[in-house]
Amino acid sequence: MAAHAEKTAAAIAPERNRAHWTPELTWGAILLIPYITVFFLFVVWPVGYGVWLGRDPDSYRRLLADPVYLRTVWNTAAFLGIGVNLKLFLALILSAYFMSQRLWIRWLSILFILPWAVPSIPTILSFRWMLNSEWGMLNGMLWDFFRIEGPWWLVDPKLALGSAITVHIWKYLPFWTLILMAGRSAIPTDYYEAARIDGASRTQMFAYVTWPQIRNLYVTSTLLSTIWTLGDFNSIYLLTGGGPNELTHVLATLGVRYAFRLQELDMGVATVMTALPILVPLVFILIRRLGGRVE
Amino acid sequence: MAARSEARVRGTTPRRGLWDLVAHPVRRVLEEGFMVAFGIVILIWTILPIYHMAIVSITPLTDAFAGRFWPERPTLENYQTVLFQEHYFLREFWRQLGNSLFVAVATMVIVLFVASLASFAISRLKARYGHVVSNTALLTYLIPMAFVAIPFYRVMSDYGLLNTLWALTFAMATFATPYAIWVFRQYSDTIPFELDEAARVDGATPLQLYWLVYLPLMRPAMIAIGTYALLLAWNEYLYAFLLLHNEERSTIPVAMGFFLNTDDAPWSLLMATAIIYSLPPAALYYSVRRYMVSGLTAGATKA
Repeated sequence: MAAHAEKTAAAIAPERNRAHWTPELTWGAILLIPYITVFFLFVVWPVGYGVWLGRDPDSYRRLLADPVYLRTVWNTAAFLGIGVNLKLFLALILSAYFMSQRLWIRWLSILFILPWAVPSIPTILSFRWMLNSEWGMLNGMLWDFFRIEGPWWLVDPKLALGSAITVHIWKYLPFWTLILMAGRSAIPTDYYEAARIDGASRTQMFAYVTWPQIRNLYVTSTLLSTIWTLGDFNSIYLLTGGGPNELTHVLATLGVRYAFRLQELDMGVATVMTALPILVPLVFILIRRLGGRVE
Repeated sequence: MAARSEARVRGTTPRRGLWDLVAHPVRRVLEEGFMVAFGIVILIWTILPIYHMAIVSITPLTDAFAGRFWPERPTLENYQTVLFQEHYFLREFWRQLGNSLFVAVATMVIVLFVASLASFAISRLKARYGHVVSNTALLTYLIPMAFVAIPFYRVMSDYGLLNTLWALTFAMATFATPYAIWVFRQYSDTIPFELDEAARVDGATPLQLYWLVYLPLMRPAMIAIGTYALLLAWNEYLYAFLLLHNEERSTIPVAMGFFLNTDDAPWSLLMATAIIYSLPPAALYYSVRRYMVSGLTAGATKA
């Protein structure tokens, strides 16, 4: 019996293999060539080269001895912790607001996308000038309307980092609001209907209907946003340039500072490599969350 | 009464708070007032930096340090200075705008070509190891661009591409393609395979299948991703600033960065340049907004 089954399996297997290798599969392989070429030339090679540049343990010892680096780690933590969570929390609230069917709110939602639609460099530079303590519009208005001496937005290191976080949130809030709105729209309206008939309050509707339905999306968004925020170079570099006194760097800008301003390539790479303990688990979880279902 | 308490046990009765004591019409007015107030806050938050950009761009150079809500003597002369390249920082304005356009269009073409072929091979032809390719693409998508900038710079120098527009184009295409493949695969799953089968029965070759069936049906996703790639390349600062060195090879974002090299930057001109540079992508984004939202959120709601 067993021998018989083995025999049939053996008889079928090569046939199936032959049947499977069709001209279509040949074409499938050929059409993948452009992407695989790009992947090896511009992903594998640079990443491998980066790992090779960052192999020297001495760079890491020097990093840890550099007070600028230690400050940068705290800044990065604050940038991620506040930037990501505040942004997504606001997006959660705004997504509820923009689900309203009122006509003027729909118009407002179109305008609300502007920060996302407009290139980031011009708007960051606009922020930079607007926040100038002596000549900027913000402090000018504070003085003209309220006779208040405005704070030193980009001169005080804490306020400067806060300003950078604000700029980051301003830019990316519309995107995440759209994502969470899509999540909310996917919830069947019957659920709300049923909750309403049972006399659920708004808080209860959120807690028992909306949140369980979009929780997964919210978590995925938080993880994805953490990675992207980690890579946000522009919001810091073009607003504060890492200053004053190199006190507002994040890892992305500090790496570039080491490599190109101080001409220490391996220190620059080492700086970036120290983000791997956060980055690798995030990437691992996200690949399972985003890639798993595609098959 | 009994029913009420039973309902409460089940936890479905709304808790009676102060809010419920407020009469219905009053409540409606308060609610509407809250919605409007919230809307105004959102409006100011969204508009302020853009409004600031616009008013500084119409402020005469000599008044740029006033910090006013509205300029005393509004003027369009800054735009004239930019468009006729009449300032030291703007000597190469048109050429830089052309560079930005070249990189954006070239990136878009490469991304659409490479990603549509790859996604077709993976999801329609079921290419061997397709899932491996698609997972490595996803992995690439999750590497922050700024983190690879340093080795990328060196590699481009090894390839002899440093200080050419192609260096920036390849960089942008590299980072846009993985996302493109991911979105294309998600979208491709919504196209019925019966269409492919019907074409095969009629004797279509794989290339005909790609050109005559796949591409036309993928149009909405192609528009979304084309726009995404175009805007990504148009907007890029870091890679442009690292890979392109002299002024006539730069793109507009790098040129705007040059303004900051002096202490008394001509902010009015910078903001006028910023407005001119921002208008085309914003117009493009709004004209294809329908596709962008559905394209970007295609996979998101399933995640």
